[in-house]
Amino acid sequence: MAILEVKHVDFRYGSGPWILKDISFSVEEGERVAILGPSGYGKSTLAKVIAGYLKPAGGEILWEGKPLPATGFCPIQLIYQHPEKALNPRWKMKDSLEEAGVPSEEVLTEMGIQEKWYQRWPNELSGGELQRFCVARVLKPETRLLICDEMTTMLDAINQAHIWNFVLAYAKKHNMTLLAITHNRYLANQVATRILRIPELNHVEVDQSSL
Amino acid sequence: MENEVLLEVQHLSVGFESYNARVEKVFFNAITDLNLTVRKGEIVAIVGSSGSGKSLLAHAVMNILPDNARTGGKMYYKGELLTPEVMNRLRGRQIAFIPQSVAFLDPLMQVGDQVVGTLGEKARALQQKAFEHFGLKQSVAQLYPFQLSGGMARRVLLSTSYVAETEMIIADEPTPGLDLKIAIEALKDFRVQADQGKGVILITHDIDLALHVADKIAIFYDGRVVETADTQTFRGDGQGLKHPYSRALFNALPQNGFNLQRCPKCGATCATWNVDEEGMRCGCGDS
Repeated sequence: MAILEVKHVDFRYGSGPWILKDISFSVEEGERVAILGPSGYGKSTLAKVIAGYLKPAGGEILWEGKPLPATGFCPIQLIYQHPEKALNPRWKMKDSLEEAGVPSEEVLTEMGIQEKWYQRWPNELSGGELQRFCVARVLKPETRLLICDEMTTMLDAINQAHIWNFVLAYAKKHNMTLLAITHNRYLANQVATRILRIPELNHVEVDQSSL
Repeated sequence: MENEVLLEVQHLSVGFESYNARVEKVFFNAITDLNLTVRKGEIVAIVGSSGSGKSLLAHAVMNILPDNARTGGKMYYKGELLTPEVMNRLRGRQIAFIPQSVAFLDPLMQVGDQVVGTLGEKARALQQKAFEHFGLKQSVAQLYPFQLSGGMARRVLLSTSYVAETEMIIADEPTPGLDLKIAIEALKDFRVQADQGKGVILITHDIDLALHVADKIAIFYDGRVVETADTQTFRGDGQGLKHPYSRALFNALPQNGFNLQRCPKCGATCATWNVDEEGMRCGCGDS
């Protein structure tokens, strides 16, 4: 049975042009799906709709056959392209990292997170280091589906391989499902078991979501 | 016979002064002893780890570092010492800069007008041509930055260098957020402009894309150039590269196997290792 079903989802910001129109697909448990598509076609918007941050104007998102739970740890977690925007600039790294519970020792060691970084502010670490925190804080047993929205485009190849290798190993070990949004087809081939191309909608020129 | 040197950076250092909680002055060095030469007709790609000072180099050349930055070393543009006064004269006229962050756009100005900039109405036609070239609808010119997607804003930034008739372009991460077709198109543009005699510095993470257009690749780590290699050495298994960090970077690409070395003692991947002039090693204390 599909763990995630996206059924005829439509979305637009306010009364703007349609960003997503009649998008349907489903994901099986343990699958690793990559979504490829040109810039401005609503990939990031789709990620936010699936993760429950945006309400679709039409259609529905089903998690194990039901709507997403409104309270508690959300089984769908989202990692953004820009770690510096995903962290509260006025919280020390330790507070952001442990906001929803302390990550396991295994995750912290493998992500190479050093304790001396805990008392730093987000602007005192590099993008690669920040993204390791963002990944570490969502790799919890409660996370069943992880959406990686251009998770490593801002990072160099070594940090990219480092983060992806670990996320893939973790997903395999804990039977976590992955949804990766990317422009890089080599990366998609490398990480995914199935590649979806976002349908060619009316070419969307306005997408406020990525700013 | 090699072409005329356009930009020469000698022993550049960049650091930041700030005050800690006890109001003591502290100094943090971001770039140390950096050398780089760009000739006419040449694309020099700069790749390397995030946070290694690639953008700072661009900002130092353009003289747009924040006030608390302190720089050392010398820079020459066509043999002339690049002082802040000279740079203020050249910026945007002789040297174009494509910033990394979309946040460099003025949030309160329509993007079409920003591309035209101070060039006046005569540049309007060039702006329209640039938008057409990068696949942006003409109606986008009337939009404000917050209404653009990441990729669209990137194309607006690229358009700014397209309209300016400069001799040198410094592009800081011009491709993230762009799909492959447009990214390749943008890089081909740099090649065309270089072939017309311009010099280009291309700061990027997309090594594979850079390889298609660049002449030389400078590999950055922690504010230093660890190696400047010809594009040809980035072939096969990367054994032509001298520095272990360059090889590690090359082998970590998704199309080259996505491989990382691990420390034989503690098992940490090389993403966490220390890098210096001679090589790279794990910080756990093992050799």
